[in-house]
Amino acid sequence: MKLELVIVGAGPAGLSAAPHAGKLGLNYLLLESSPAPANTIQRYQKGKHVMAEPAVVPLRSDLGFAAGTREAILDGWERSLSDLGIEVRYNAEVVAIRGERPDFVLTLADGGSLTAENVILSIGLQGNPRKIGVDGETDRSVQYTLDDPDEYRGETIAVVGAGDAAIENAIALARNNTVIIINRRDEFARAKDGNLTLITRAIEDESISCFYNTGVASIETSLAINLNTETGETRVPCDRIIARIGAIPPRKFVESTGIRFPSDDPTTLPELSGKYESNVPGLYVIGALGGYPLIKQAMNQGFEVVEFIKGNEILPADHGILEDKFQYLPYDKSVDETLDIIRNNIPLFENVNGLILRELVLASELLTPSKSDVIFHKNDYTNTFISIVEGEVEVETDSGNLITLGPGQFFGEMSLLSGRRRSASVRASAPCVLLETPRREIVKLMNSYDQVRKVIDRHFIVRTLRAGLVPDAPQGELEAVAETAELLSFRAGDVLFREGDESDGLHLIRNGSVSVSRNIGGRNIVTTYVAAGNYVGEMGLVGEARRSATVTATVATESIFLRADIFQTMLQRNAGLRERIQTKVRERISENLRMEAAPDAGDLISFLMQQGLGEATDVLLIDETLCVGCDNCETACAETHDGTSRLKRAAGPSYAQVHVPTSCRHCEDPHCMKDCPPDAIRRAPNGEVYIEDSCIGCGNCERNCPYGVIQMASAREDAPNLLSWILTGSGAAPGQRQTVATPNAIKKAVKCDMCKDLSGGPACVRACPTGAAIRMSPSEFVNLARKAN
Amino acid sequence: MQASILAFRGRRYLWVALALTAICIIAYWLDDPQEPPNGGTLLGYSLGVLGALMVAWLTWFGVRKRDYLSGSGTVQGWLSAHVYFGLSLMVIVLLHAGFQFGWNIHTLAFVLMTLVVVSGLCGVFIYMQFPERLSENRGGASRSELLDQLEDIDRRSRRVAAKLPEAFRDVVTSGVQRTELGTTLWQRLRNQDRSQIQLPNASATVPNKGQEAAMDWLAEQQSRADAESAATIAELSALLRNKRKLLRQIREDLRLQAGLEIWLYAHVPLTAALLMALLAHIVTVFLYW
Ligand SMILES: Cc1cc2nc3c(=O)[nH]c(=O)nc-3n(C[C@H](O)[C@H](O)[C@H](O)COP(=O)(O)OP(=O)(O)OC[C@H]3O[C@@H](n4cnc5c(N)ncnc54)[C@H](O)[C@@H]3O)c2cc1C
Ligand code: HEM
Ligand code: SF4
Ligand code: SF4
Ligand code: SF4
Repeated sequence: MKLELVIVGAGPAGLSAAPHAGKLGLNYLLLESSPAPANTIQRYQKGKHVMAEPAVVPLRSDLGFAAGTREAILDGWERSLSDLGIEVRYNAEVVAIRGERPDFVLTLADGGSLTAENVILSIGLQGNPRKIGVDGETDRSVQYTLDDPDEYRGETIAVVGAGDAAIENAIALARNNTVIIINRRDEFARAKDGNLTLITRAIEDESISCFYNTGVASIETSLAINLNTETGETRVPCDRIIARIGAIPPRKFVESTGIRFPSDDPTTLPELSGKYESNVPGLYVIGALGGYPLIKQAMNQGFEVVEFIKGNEILPADHGILEDKFQYLPYDKSVDETLDIIRNNIPLFENVNGLILRELVLASELLTPSKSDVIFHKNDYTNTFISIVEGEVEVETDSGNLITLGPGQFFGEMSLLSGRRRSASVRASAPCVLLETPRREIVKLMNSYDQVRKVIDRHFIVRTLRAGLVPDAPQGELEAVAETAELLSFRAGDVLFREGDESDGLHLIRNGSVSVSRNIGGRNIVTTYVAAGNYVGEMGLVGEARRSATVTATVATESIFLRADIFQTMLQRNAGLRERIQTKVRERISENLRMEAAPDAGDLISFLMQQGLGEATDVLLIDETLCVGCDNCETACAETHDGTSRLKRAAGPSYAQVHVPTSCRHCEDPHCMKDCPPDAIRRAPNGEVYIEDSCIGCGNCERNCPYGVIQMASAREDAPNLLSWILTGSGAAPGQRQTVATPNAIKKAVKCDMCKDLSGGPACVRACPTGAAIRMSPSEFVNLARKAN
Repeated sequence: MQASILAFRGRRYLWVALALTAICIIAYWLDDPQEPPNGGTLLGYSLGVLGALMVAWLTWFGVRKRDYLSGSGTVQGWLSAHVYFGLSLMVIVLLHAGFQFGWNIHTLAFVLMTLVVVSGLCGVFIYMQFPERLSENRGGASRSELLDQLEDIDRRSRRVAAKLPEAFRDVVTSGVQRTELGTTLWQRLRNQDRSQIQLPNASATVPNKGQEAAMDWLAEQQSRADAESAATIAELSALLRNKRKLLRQIREDLRLQAGLEIWLYAHVPLTAALLMALLAHIVTVFLYW
């Protein structure tokens, strides 16, 4: 029998769609690949406090949801599932979907198939665990997740995999069991440093045995695992097999249904209509897969999509928010009409899909500055992207020129792309309507629409050339140059060019940073560090034909490359350019001479660069010639931040008596921001990267920060009064406050916010009795290095 | 690289403290009271009030240091001022007392103050000297890294010993268990190696200072062993030699760190005693006025 609706995936989105479909009288079925509802939430850590962000959006679902523990929410849902009589089938993984409305055919992993008129795809982004790929892989004794390692005792357990999950499971299980870990390679290359140490130690101690270069040949369900080792096949009897070999991202499967993605970038979202319908008629996408990474959003969409399928016109749950946003605009129009005005006035958004534009506006602020109001100041660290819906603004460039931008144009892309301070001040020169969009939304848009990326890139190049090299060149000429410029990307440690190479062009560093080194007396000596927004390679273009130094990316870096011949044409056309370059060359030469006189200073700079400080904006360093190890810096941090210190003074490497403690360096392009569902990580105008209260405690940022400076922390007891502590010793000593010991304490991400809310500046520096703790930006490293030597 | 507490802001507080001291000396010099100079003259009384206020302010440093929300300057600035004003206090109090001493509560207060100042001076000396040595001794590693390396050597020793007869395993285990780094600050400062070891056939543990007892025992076994075991024993000895070097480094680290902390255990209690004596001094002066 053909169903009216099949819902694939019983996460929050699918679970909310199902009861509503029942209520509206649709003949439907919910399919879930795992044995229980909401697999993603089942996989949260035990006792995790699940948060109901965004707070301003109301919940719209037949299923309840409010902030609470993982267990309470799952129990509540399971109860509602039976109360509401939801038609759900577990262990039913959908492996193929063919056709379109009203003739869909769904194939299941067990070979069965279903037909349906409409399909909702709500499979989330977690993907399904990768299977071992041999017979017996789906046997009950083989598991692909591990909830509670303490559940097992005295067993022999084979753990397949070599990533962090496999290692963490193996170590935890080894406490009470005999554990064998099976690694396809000859080392644990993908693991985090901490895990690597743990597993190598455990293997040396023989508390875990390891098969390297070994694959799984087959599984005997009785139970044993047969291995293909380097020396031949081995049979290992065991009680349980746990495979942690990653997940298969759902993109391929989604594409196989005919759904189109606007670009190949893995972060792109499928294109959807305002009713969540994909390009395949009758195939709807909601929840995390559609780009809505929070539970409440997913549930609201489950409700709404069913209404749309029924042909009902309802307003989305966040309609009210847009109405509020638009109420101060000088248009007396409906939400949809206002959205149209925005689209029609800004060419950049011309081809952007309706739903995506709506989301973008929802995440943005609408500004209505009056004449001469400042939009942002030069040297602010904000990184939003601003488009002009109406009115005019003036950009004050370094050379004192005023550039006027009008409706449809945009600004702010320089800081957005480079992660650096605003390069100019901008003020309204007439009353305006501006759309200020957070960085994350624009980056998403650029990843999805090549056209958007190209336009923004081109503007970036033109404006960079104008700011640094040729302020007076006509727009047309610059645009022509931008057309020929190449965008190159380098990983940390990649060489842009080498000393002695032929000079083939100029690199404008767009983001990241590079170090410049020269071979002096057989030794490679770093002479300087060049930050984004500057250029390298100019020496060879005005003077010698060979590179006079080696330039290496200190962190992931992008450069705009101008070929030598194009540059020569620019030189001929622009009178001031040669002189500007020559001044720069003179500066470089004298810098080189100074550094050559102090070769050890160069070593200190390269040490700092190796610590990833090339992408820092503001870093805490400790002068070891002064530090007495009192840890007052840490205590000060803890006492000004709810009891948890965000810096670890003693941890981290030192060189030439400069110590780099474990503490946030407020990266130009913060890795931690990459994958934060509620977009809670922000950058303040002074550069501080901080976390807002809307954090849901998912832990993504903790994993994404390469410098290990984010912790998941729960609240601590209140601080006693300082004087009464000093006089009577009652209460916790400064820095010693204990966590409030409730089993389900809410954990949120915490990190250094550079004390942005304290009037006196960073507490660590102010509390250091000896003056050893200092904060500085990388532009000061060269000075520091010279003083240190 | 950075300015130390003494050099803070071009020694601004040194100059202020010197000026204050100079004013007091000149006043003392110009003053011509009826009785010989002492705390009871108008000037003596004034200097006494100034001294008492300075003691209160110097003590307040302990509060300011922990008042992390305070916006008044930096703790480094406060400490720089603390040091220079603390030293000038000595002079001011001597002038206050008109250089008169006796066996009484007043002189007790003075003696305690002197001890506080002297301990403070020791502190400054240690703060200026030790950090650099600490950093050089560590050679870029952190203390926990050094301790990790130690653990690593112990683990490898156990593995090597496992290839040899039981006695070796026991010696290595006992050596590891009875290696002492010192628990109290005082032990660490004295830098005595109180490590012990239980050797086979010995009735009690013997001192294993610098891992020497263990190395001697290994050397002896090596001389008697067959070629294959001898090589393994040599491996063990080499590990032990590394351990000895590492232990020396860790002990020096702990010693210097203990030095950086221990003087405060004199400075702070003496300050408390000083406050008591000062209070008694003031009360008696007013009672017998
Ligand atoms: C550690 C962590 C903590 C989080 N904390 C919070 C929080 O506190 N608050 C919050 O709002 N959000 C939180 N999130 C985000 C939240 O989990 C997701 O936004 C939400 O789960 C998305 O719901 P969904 O229904 O779109 O997808 P999912 O919840 O991922 O559900 C997809 C379901 O589809 C099933 N499935 C997949 N493929 C198939 C297939 N081929 N056939 C059949 N079924 C399939 C899966 O088994 C799964 O059950 C957190 C995320 C993580 C990782
Ligand atoms: C009567 C005079 C003095 C009094 C009452 C006094 C009192 C104090 C107090 C209460 C502290 C705080 C200790 C803590 O809480 O950790 C302190 C710290 C200190 N004092 Fe004094 N002090 C005096 C004189 C001096 C002098 C003369 C010097 C130096 C020459 C000095 C050097 C120091 C130093 C270096 C610290 C340590 C700062 C730190 O590491 O936190 N003091 N003193
Ligand atoms: S938390 Fe990590 S990634 Fe984020 S800004 Fe700080 S150092 Fe960079
Ligand atoms: S701040 Fe970190 S833990 Fe909090 S929601 Fe964002 S990524 Fe998750
Ligand atoms: S407060 Fe200053 S002296 Fe004390 S540990 Fe921190 S950096 Fe070192």
